[in-house]
Amino acid sequence: MAVLDLKRKLAILSDAAKYDASCASSGSVKRDSRGGKGVGSTDGGMGICHAYAPDGRCISLLKILLTNFCVYDCAYCVNRVSSNTPRARFTVDEVVDLTLGFYKRNYIEGLFLSSGIIRSADYTMEEIVRVARTLREVHDFRGYIHLKLIPEASPALVNEAGLYADRVSINIELPKDESLVSLAPEKDVAGIKKAMGAVRLSEDAAKDKGRKTRPPKFAPAGQSTQMIVGADAATDGAILKRSESLYGAYRLRRVYYSAFSPIPDATSRLPLQRPPLVREHRLYQADWLMRFYGFQRAEIIGEAEDLDLAIDPKLAWALRNRGDFPVDVNTADRERLLRVPGLGVRAVDRILDVRRFKRLELDDVKRLSRGIEKLKPFLICADWSPGALTDRADLRQKVEPRQLDLF
Amino acid sequence: MQVVRLAYETDFDGWRRAARAMRARGVAPESALWTVDGQATLFDGADEPAPPLEAAPAGAFRVPKTFMDLAPRVILHRSDERFALLYRLLWRLQDEPDLLHIASDADVARAHHFAREVGRAAHKMKAFVRFRLASEEDDAYVAWFEPAHRVAEATAPFFARRFANMRFSILTPDTCVHWDLAELSFTPGADPADAPSEDALEEYWRTYYASIFNPARLKVGAMQKEMPKRYWRNLPEAALIPELIAQAQGRTDTMVRQAPTEPSRRVVKAAVRNSRDAPWEGQAPTSLAEVAAGVDHCRRCDLWRDATQGVPGEGPGKAKLLFVGEQPGDQEDLAGTPFVGPAGQMFDRALAEAGVPRTETYVTNAVKHFKHELRGKRRIHKTPDAGEVTACRWWLDAERRIVRPRVVVSLGATAALAVFGKATPVGKFRGQALQLPDQAQGVVTYHPSYLLRVPDEAAKAKAWAMFVADLKLAWSLAA
Repeated sequence: MAVLDLKRKLAILSDAAKYDASCASSGSVKRDSRGGKGVGSTDGGMGICHAYAPDGRCISLLKILLTNFCVYDCAYCVNRVSSNTPRARFTVDEVVDLTLGFYKRNYIEGLFLSSGIIRSADYTMEEIVRVARTLREVHDFRGYIHLKLIPEASPALVNEAGLYADRVSINIELPKDESLVSLAPEKDVAGIKKAMGAVRLSEDAAKDKGRKTRPPKFAPAGQSTQMIVGADAATDGAILKRSESLYGAYRLRRVYYSAFSPIPDATSRLPLQRPPLVREHRLYQADWLMRFYGFQRAEIIGEAEDLDLAIDPKLAWALRNRGDFPVDVNTADRERLLRVPGLGVRAVDRILDVRRFKRLELDDVKRLSRGIEKLKPFLICADWSPGALTDRADLRQKVEPRQLDLF
Repeated sequence: MQVVRLAYETDFDGWRRAARAMRARGVAPESALWTVDGQATLFDGADEPAPPLEAAPAGAFRVPKTFMDLAPRVILHRSDERFALLYRLLWRLQDEPDLLHIASDADVARAHHFAREVGRAAHKMKAFVRFRLASEEDDAYVAWFEPAHRVAEATAPFFARRFANMRFSILTPDTCVHWDLAELSFTPGADPADAPSEDALEEYWRTYYASIFNPARLKVGAMQKEMPKRYWRNLPEAALIPELIAQAQGRTDTMVRQAPTEPSRRVVKAAVRNSRDAPWEGQAPTSLAEVAAGVDHCRRCDLWRDATQGVPGEGPGKAKLLFVGEQPGDQEDLAGTPFVGPAGQMFDRALAEAGVPRTETYVTNAVKHFKHELRGKRRIHKTPDAGEVTACRWWLDAERRIVRPRVVVSLGATAALAVFGKATPVGKFRGQALQLPDQAQGVVTYHPSYLLRVPDEAAKAKAWAMFVADLKLAWSLAA
């Protein structure tokens, strides 16, 4: 085999990693490099996006595979064993040097390392852990590290990964177990769920203040996962039901939705039609409603249904539940205000603050929100009542974002 | 007209001194004009020079803490309006002490808007500064950066924390920041030519940037919203953007048009070999290992879908005493072993008091998957129905057949239903030995989680005593 230079390897192994949507560097503990010998800090709250690619995605981490050689044959994956994509493999030192070099030039927040499965699950996991260990222990690197876990790897290796990583993740890939069996024959849903369960137990144990022998720490930024949208026939309802159960069972920080996108050297087992990107966007919106707005999944969508692509799920819910509107912005409680389409968490908190000192008028709400027209049918203010507007049959046409015509 | 000259663009202390004195003297916002030294104003020469601004008497007036949080941030904004806006707010606070809570007020909204833009500029500085190696020997780095607002000084501590052990300078048109491994220092604005013009790693960074981009999902607007063009000229990767956008459609079309290639023969052969070696299923299990493997893949009812794993029994294969619980709970579902959660701990305490060593008994459940419903983000236990209990008896019966215990203890009503095949109320049948068809004896008692739920202390103590007595009875029958 020809020897590849480092630049070519980087091209192959970052190209192979780009189908993983996650690039977050958020939610970890606060730490910095003072008093140490290396570089790196994390801010605790939100991470930093150091660049954006023309696909609109944030580039926060050096997101690469250790190798894209893989013994699995997952239909949706460009790195499956039966694909004829070019292959490469980094050495541990190469990944470490690239990470530190990029970090010192302020290109990145840290490393997101994943890998194809080579030889065995344990061997692969060990290599991944070795990179993280070298960064942390040899170079005292205090930036962000996200490691992909191999579900079948031994618990000791998973625990070691959790010791070095800020976040760990295992991709569930597909919303329905049956699709995983047919599209990713070597992947085992039961194994994935068990590994996620084990991660949650380790997280809980690390946080348990009552225990005498508390493990030092375990992935303070928690675990996340990714689902591919549109590679099988699953409805949006089925996808969100899966997310709901993952959030509940394993306390995931995030579920990423990745619209299935054409890959080089595709197999005939996949659909030809790719889903519209807006579908992915609507799923994220619905996911936010479940996590931050107090919506239950069943309120947003039934299991066999798809989300409306033309309007956002909160507006769709409001149009279906007009009896709950209009909401009086001067008296309604937080939960009710959060359900008004067009009012976000921040706007609601501001409204609650202002309300203690004055009665809000339409102009006040206008300054606190983005766009008052969409809000008008759903709100009562000191100087505004929607009257019959809320119940008009053509309300949807009035509040639906205008489709622009190509000129 | 009262003209105030501040020493420099971000002279917060100067502004504060002047504003304090002017408010004390009753100078209304309309009659104040704020400038920075070196700037000419419309009123130059037409106005008497401002009297020297002496320090106001201490404790002359107080402002809310939120104002002192907001003002130093607003002053970093590049808008000429900022000093006057802050003075207007300060003035209005005299009569409207709660003003800053009214986020919908036009002045307050404007100040918040400025503060937000300054915050964003600081955040973008953290993101878009690009260091270049200036001296390999000293491991020293220099960056040239043009912040949207005057945030260089305020953002410097972030870089010092992050790169505490690396010498660096950030040069900007306003102020330059230097870190010497011990202290931050600041010098006047510089010129782009003062920074190195290239760095060997930038070629790698551009390779990464181009490769991580997915041409099949072009969203140029989303990119520009977060990475505005004003920053592009100092980002080494930005030069690639036009080319990447131009080629995207063509690359995507090629991918979609391309016929799938044939996998190599070696791969196909390996797949055939794997499927031939797949485990063979269907017959009743004859060992506990087979039970464990089977339970995990069981599809006899639908509970597997939302559960993590099937939880088989645990204990020696020749135990004399077999306990049957209801079903795994949240913790058991995650761990894959029975009775490890709160009810399991209660169970362990009772066993200890009754003198029954758990390790010599076999502990399992009537239903092997966790049945629950989601309430918010919590999984709440739900009692399995008769259909699920019946479906799962396949496994319980196998465990009983393999372990062949002398005594089977049913913990709770669901377990009793599974063991006896019919409803066997605990209240009526507990405390006695019951005959089972397979020559084992049966004992029914409470489920340990019942003891967790009994509300009043007296009833709890009574239930506890009965539970322990039942465990003792079962142990004596098994001996």
